[in-house]
Amino acid sequence: MPISIFTLFLILPLASFIFQLSIGKRIGRNSHWVSLSFIFVTLCIALGNLFSEISHHSDGHTSNLVFNWIDLGTFKIEHGFQLDSLSAIMLVVVSLVSFLVHLYSTEYMKGDPRYTRYFGFLGLFTFSMNGIVLADNLIMMYVFWELVGLSSYLLIGFWFEKDSAANASKKAFLTNRVGDIGMFLGIMTIYFFTASLGSATLSFDGITALFQSSFSSFTPADITIVTIAGVLIFCGAIGKSAQFPLNIWLPDAMEGPTPVSALIHAATMVAAGVYMTVRIFPFLTPQALEVVAVVGAVTAFGAAIIAITQKDIKKVLAYSTVSQLGYMVMALGVGAYQAGFFHLTTHAMFKACLFLCSGSVIHAMHHALHHLNDHKTDPQDMSNMGGMRNKMPITYASMLIATLAIAGVPLFSGFLSKDMILAGTLAYYHAHHGWTIILPIAGFGAAVITAFYMFRLIYLTFHGEPARKDVYDQIHESPLPMAFPLMLLAGLSLAFSFTFNLNPMDSHGWFTHLISEGINVVGLNMSQVIDGIHHAHHDAMIISLTVAGIGIGLATIFYLYKLVNVEKLAGILNFFGLYNLSYNKFYIDEIYDAILYRPFMWFCNLFSWIDWDLYDQKFIDFWGWFTLKISDGAGYSDYNWLDQKLVDGFGKITNKFGQGLKVTQSGIIQNYLLGGVIGFVTIFIIFKAF
Amino acid sequence: MDNLSTYLIISAILFSLGIYGVMTRRNAVAILMGIELILNSANLNFVAFNRFSGMEKLEGQVFSIFVIVLAAAEAAIALAIIINLYKNLNTVDVDEADSLKG
Repeated sequence: MPISIFTLFLILPLASFIFQLSIGKRIGRNSHWVSLSFIFVTLCIALGNLFSEISHHSDGHTSNLVFNWIDLGTFKIEHGFQLDSLSAIMLVVVSLVSFLVHLYSTEYMKGDPRYTRYFGFLGLFTFSMNGIVLADNLIMMYVFWELVGLSSYLLIGFWFEKDSAANASKKAFLTNRVGDIGMFLGIMTIYFFTASLGSATLSFDGITALFQSSFSSFTPADITIVTIAGVLIFCGAIGKSAQFPLNIWLPDAMEGPTPVSALIHAATMVAAGVYMTVRIFPFLTPQALEVVAVVGAVTAFGAAIIAITQKDIKKVLAYSTVSQLGYMVMALGVGAYQAGFFHLTTHAMFKACLFLCSGSVIHAMHHALHHLNDHKTDPQDMSNMGGMRNKMPITYASMLIATLAIAGVPLFSGFLSKDMILAGTLAYYHAHHGWTIILPIAGFGAAVITAFYMFRLIYLTFHGEPARKDVYDQIHESPLPMAFPLMLLAGLSLAFSFTFNLNPMDSHGWFTHLISEGINVVGLNMSQVIDGIHHAHHDAMIISLTVAGIGIGLATIFYLYKLVNVEKLAGILNFFGLYNLSYNKFYIDEIYDAILYRPFMWFCNLFSWIDWDLYDQKFIDFWGWFTLKISDGAGYSDYNWLDQKLVDGFGKITNKFGQGLKVTQSGIIQNYLLGGVIGFVTIFIIFKAF
Repeated sequence: MDNLSTYLIISAILFSLGIYGVMTRRNAVAILMGIELILNSANLNFVAFNRFSGMEKLEGQVFSIFVIVLAAAEAAIALAIIINLYKNLNTVDVDEADSLKG
């Protein structure tokens, strides 16, 4: 594929953005055809690129396009695009989900007053995301990283009339900022470290090659620096991929339109953190990877627990996203590079599907409630739903397939990728023992809980008796532009989309062939890790099948057949505070409120008091008063002495002389002439005399 | 008698008479006549200097013709001023025209 075609991945979405913001509004609703066609062309190019990548199928087949960005003598920053197997797959994921979300939004956002602006923002997001995917160095990735942050901010706060949406967008932006500062510090650390090694570089390939050649001569201090740099850059991923402890923004981000949640906060942008970690994987030291693994494990398990008790359908999915992102991060941490990226891809498909399905449900609920003139009931609350499978068969079927995928049931894509991750954690435990037992426990525990809460969602929404008969009667299946993306994504959540094998347990397909096992140049022995994963694979598969079965079974008992009184159980658990702990999201927001927000505000108030009450009121105002006094004195002396005496004195003297001299002005011209003659004669005599 | 000082003395007498007339007369027309005398004394000087300083060309004469032309123009303007003075003050006595008195 010629190098210049890369730029189309950036130009087309950007053109869509510019078009929608400049002339889209004048065209109105039909302007979505422009965005749709632009993104469709992007998708076609991405697909063509992926197929050519599969047919070439040679490791390390990359095309680069590099140009100088900043060139100041010894300080030089290059920008570049890199097209390899990773970016080829990622481009398809981004363009596909983006296209489907565009299509879906034509129905979902119908009648919105800022309809064209919405499509413009989607274009901006797709542009930025493709930029991240194609970036071949850290600094360029950082630039696009901030751009996706901006588009995410704009889209979360799209309905900014709602305070909650405006606050959520601010929260997302600020929380990401924390991670991004870490990332930028990491980039600088890497830059100066590579400069100290003799060739300053920020490109992924450059750093990998440099470390590969010089790793043998690293001192322990050097390794510490690389570890710190890696962890700092990973901070960016913690922010963007909503890992613990910066996971708080993602659930709030659900205030945005649901298709946006599907595109940005489920399938692509939040995966950017994982993608970035994949890119920097070759130079993450084992120590740094340990941090990555623990962060991922805590996030995967903690978010899964929170998801159990949420009532809002989108909040459940949001926490499930956080949890699945934790899985991916944990996979990278334990060295299961392929598994992490595989899960990113499969997750993008089934999670986008889940979100779009929930959007379809919310859309139907919203219209039904609107029809009944009921504006108090929350259309997203699952306790108002129930039995909707009869009314929305397409949505139900798609959502069920995606749920089976996320729960890790064979024949569905999630099984393959999750199984690989769990094998990775198990292998990591086998290799290291000790505390690392928490990784497989968190992984398998989260798998049970995931299966449980996802089926809870399905049962509460689509099964059982309708909670509101009047609403239920008004529910209709969504129109084709909304239903088609659901079906397509559900199809892509099936395992055979990724493997062409008849054996449902075997994950060897085009994907694993295309994505080679990762390399690591700073001390991690990848072949050992791969061997370990291979050995653990069998055990992991059996355990993961068991736990998925347990999860689904429990959900079926609790919510489909209602053999156990859930309320009572919650009450019993709450005896230990467990239910509230989960329902209130481990009080993380409250903890931040107590340890960050309140002390911060206290300091702000203190400084405000010092500034206003002390400095302004006392010090500054004293000088004002003092100046006023001096001015009074100066004014008095100026007027009474200078003006009245000196200046007026000169006036009076001049006046007096004028009065005296005026008699000489007789007005008779002959007198003047006489004066002239006398003067002339006098001068003549004087000249004669001397 | 035909030398420069004779002409200069005559010219000086003419000039003094002119100044005297201008300074003592109250009638505006008489003042104008005094000015004519002054101008003509200058003309006499021009012609005399031209003759006795041995110039080939007749610059002095030409200058005096200029002065005569100028005197004619001056007389026309001065008489117009005098008529206006008369119209406003009903007199040509210059002592009456003292509105510039301080």
